[in-house]
Amino acid sequence: MNETDPYAGERLKKSPFYLRQEVLNIRNAWAAWNGYKFAEYYYDTEYEYFCVRNTCGTYDICPMQKYEIQGRDAEVMLNRMVTRDVTKIGLNRVAYCVWCTDDGRMIDDGTIFKLASDKFMLTCGSPCTAWLEKSAFGFADVTVTDVTDEIAALSLQGPTSCAVLKKMGLDGIDTAKPFDIMHFPFHGDTLMVSRTGFSGDLGYELWISPTVALDLWDQLYDAGENFGIQPYGEAATNMTRLEAAFIMPFMEFNEALRTVNFEHDQTPFELNLGWLVDFDKPHFSGRRALLEEQKRGPKYTLTKLDIEGNKPAEGSYIYKDKRCTREIGYVTSAMWSPSVKANIALAMIKTEHLEGELWAEIYYEKELRQYNRVVRCTRKQKPFWAPARARATPPPDF
Amino acid sequence: MASYDSIIIGAGHNGLVCAAYLARSGQRVLVLEAADEPGGLGADREFHPGFHTPIAHSVSHFSQKIANDLKLTAHGLGAAKPVPTVGLNTTGAHIILQEGSLSGAGTDDTRAYREYSRLMLRFADVLKPFWQKTMPRIGMNNFSDLATFAHIGINLRRIGKKDMQEFLRVASLPVRDLMDEYFDNDILKTTLGWDGLIGAKLAPRSPNSAVLAMLYRLAGESRGAHTIPVGGVNGLIDALSKSAMASGAEIRCSAEVGHILIDGNADGLTAKGVRLANGDTVTADRVISAADPQRTFLDLVGVEYLDIGFTNRIRRLRCDGYVAKLHLALDSAPEFEGLQQANGRMIIAPDLDAIEFAFDHSKYGECPDSPVMEIVVPSINEPSVAPDGKHVLSAHVMYVPYQLKGGWNPTARDRVCERTIDTIARYAPGIREQIVHQEFLTPADLERQYRVTGGHWHHTEFAMDQMLMMRPTYEAAQYRTPIPGLFLCAAGCHPGGDITGQAGHNAAHEILR
Repeated sequence: MNETDPYAGERLKKSPFYLRQEVLNIRNAWAAWNGYKFAEYYYDTEYEYFCVRNTCGTYDICPMQKYEIQGRDAEVMLNRMVTRDVTKIGLNRVAYCVWCTDDGRMIDDGTIFKLASDKFMLTCGSPCTAWLEKSAFGFADVTVTDVTDEIAALSLQGPTSCAVLKKMGLDGIDTAKPFDIMHFPFHGDTLMVSRTGFSGDLGYELWISPTVALDLWDQLYDAGENFGIQPYGEAATNMTRLEAAFIMPFMEFNEALRTVNFEHDQTPFELNLGWLVDFDKPHFSGRRALLEEQKRGPKYTLTKLDIEGNKPAEGSYIYKDKRCTREIGYVTSAMWSPSVKANIALAMIKTEHLEGELWAEIYYEKELRQYNRVVRCTRKQKPFWAPARARATPPPDF
Repeated sequence: MASYDSIIIGAGHNGLVCAAYLARSGQRVLVLEAADEPGGLGADREFHPGFHTPIAHSVSHFSQKIANDLKLTAHGLGAAKPVPTVGLNTTGAHIILQEGSLSGAGTDDTRAYREYSRLMLRFADVLKPFWQKTMPRIGMNNFSDLATFAHIGINLRRIGKKDMQEFLRVASLPVRDLMDEYFDNDILKTTLGWDGLIGAKLAPRSPNSAVLAMLYRLAGESRGAHTIPVGGVNGLIDALSKSAMASGAEIRCSAEVGHILIDGNADGLTAKGVRLANGDTVTADRVISAADPQRTFLDLVGVEYLDIGFTNRIRRLRCDGYVAKLHLALDSAPEFEGLQQANGRMIIAPDLDAIEFAFDHSKYGECPDSPVMEIVVPSINEPSVAPDGKHVLSAHVMYVPYQLKGGWNPTARDRVCERTIDTIARYAPGIREQIVHQEFLTPADLERQYRVTGGHWHHTEFAMDQMLMMRPTYEAAQYRTPIPGLFLCAAGCHPGGDITGQAGHNAAHEILR
């Protein structure tokens, strides 16, 4: 303990990239994520957003929870925990997964990296140690290690991201397909690169030992100098992920283990993640409940909305009619999308009312006066932002 | 086609009861028992050549309905008379409870006992329908579930407002509060309170389920008095085995089950049979486990087939046993100070504090300095369990922890065994000279030898959070389990432990429904 600082144990941890980020955080706009000091934005949210959409940006994902799951039973253990079939994940591949309570309510989502037949890495937004410990109980050979502080991770997202990595000397990175993992020697260490991200665009996530994290940052920024590389924070991330229609904890879903009120959490079906639930698997935790949910149909369905006008429908209720007599849902995230040039939102809508008319009641402020309007919403089936380059291999050079 | 309709794992009394009912209904039933004879904790044990006793040495509330249904008398079960319950006193001023009457206590206590017994028996009757039925599943409001609740409700209403209020007040009272309220005599208090505590991790001052456990035991036909069947507890096991076999059930001993086979495909999981420890597999349409819940789910099924929350509720069940077993082979009848014949169920616990202190040690993984216990000399009622003129003394020694600090070893076992014999010698001074052979089984020994988790008599603690529709835990409390085709039928289910046959009966009823 630091004797000169009585609050030493309470202070936010600094990410291995902090020294560089501190210099760039012109506005001193720091927030916290899982105990780490973490940029809300660096200079300007819109500016950072446009970098991600037009050039590329780096987003510090050190605070994201990382667990190493290792042992002969690692695969069986994970396969019973998550709804997807883990046995189908190839070596050096990543899979997006969700895991649920026995009642089929979603605890969290995350990604599973298959690093060897008996070694996996699980990443997720919130600490999951207790659930992993419960999930591992009873298996003869599996260890779960929290490696959050042992791995520095940086997300590089945007159309020039592949070009930057190539310039940095990562030969062959352009052959990586979405959800592939590649390894490169780096300063006597190994740099792991996965073609993953949270922006809905071309992008990669870089995983490295904290000891060489700053070297990675410097090399990346040297290589990216003419490719518009910039750091971006939580605010811009939230914009890009909404355009990609990715869900965010405590916005689209409430982690089931932290929810107090009955069914104020969600099921994968409600979140449009039914495709992650593999009933061909004879068993996984929550299977019986989810099978019933599938038969019955989800109470709510997360819906992508294109909303008339340009006023973001933040916190709006969704109604069945323009007169707002029948409330049928609520908006979880909303924004004016600069790239799509549309007023977009995600909303939880009672499934039985999905097919009918949808109206949002939007409150907004103009020079200290409050206004409201009721506008028509149109359901969208595809993500708002999904450029072909995000899936192309090799990705086009910028 | 599967070889059997039902496989039952374990030929303890509940397994046998369940087997008998299923076989009577026409099912092809196979009972697999790891030991070389049926009976589980009720099986005969020859602990010294010619000297026999089961672990469970008496029967308190075996269901008369089951005895009738399964025609146990026709299968050799002799009529057993209730034995007196005796609270031993070193001075010879014993408390004797026999056929509803009390002797040895003062006038006030004797008068108080009449009111106490009236009330307790009344309460026991209120709860009676609970023990005999499958518990309603919370949230499932079908008619029979609602009827069970209604039955209890009506019973409660029938006893009148005053008694009903009193019932609600005492149901979770610590034993000590209840006893202090009614009685002065220390031995009377320990003797009456004993049945709320035996087998549990509870002491007189613990609130929770002691009074409910007493009421559970008072609900039987003998109103709490224990019986020693003709032929000992083994006589009951014999009759159950014969009844089951007469109906066509097959009982295979020395057949330890290694795994429950679970079939998995896109339709989910089903139990389809068992693999024996010797590698053989036997298939059946359903598997019914009379093993304890932890053993069943964690060892025999395996967590990979269970939901994570469910697994962890099973894992958190309190299964540590606190009862050890002392067996003495004696060359003559033991003589207890002031007692004509040691033909009762004798309790050694000088006062409620003595029980509490013994418990305090065990809470911290230590053995009590002065153990408290229940003694039976089965050879007095059933001479066949010992050679001519010789005797067997069997004691349930309370608060000997399953998890001893530093672990169990022969020295630790000998130490608590000697302390136990010393304690008995205070009441039966000549006992040491009569001992031909002694055997002491700790809960850890019971676990190993009888394959019951924690050596726990009741498979898992009989406590409010593990009772009724929570026994062993929700989603497995109606004898069905989350895995189709897998059932439970023993003490880890509602209504709980003791030799009652009720869990086996209820499970069979549920399976045949």
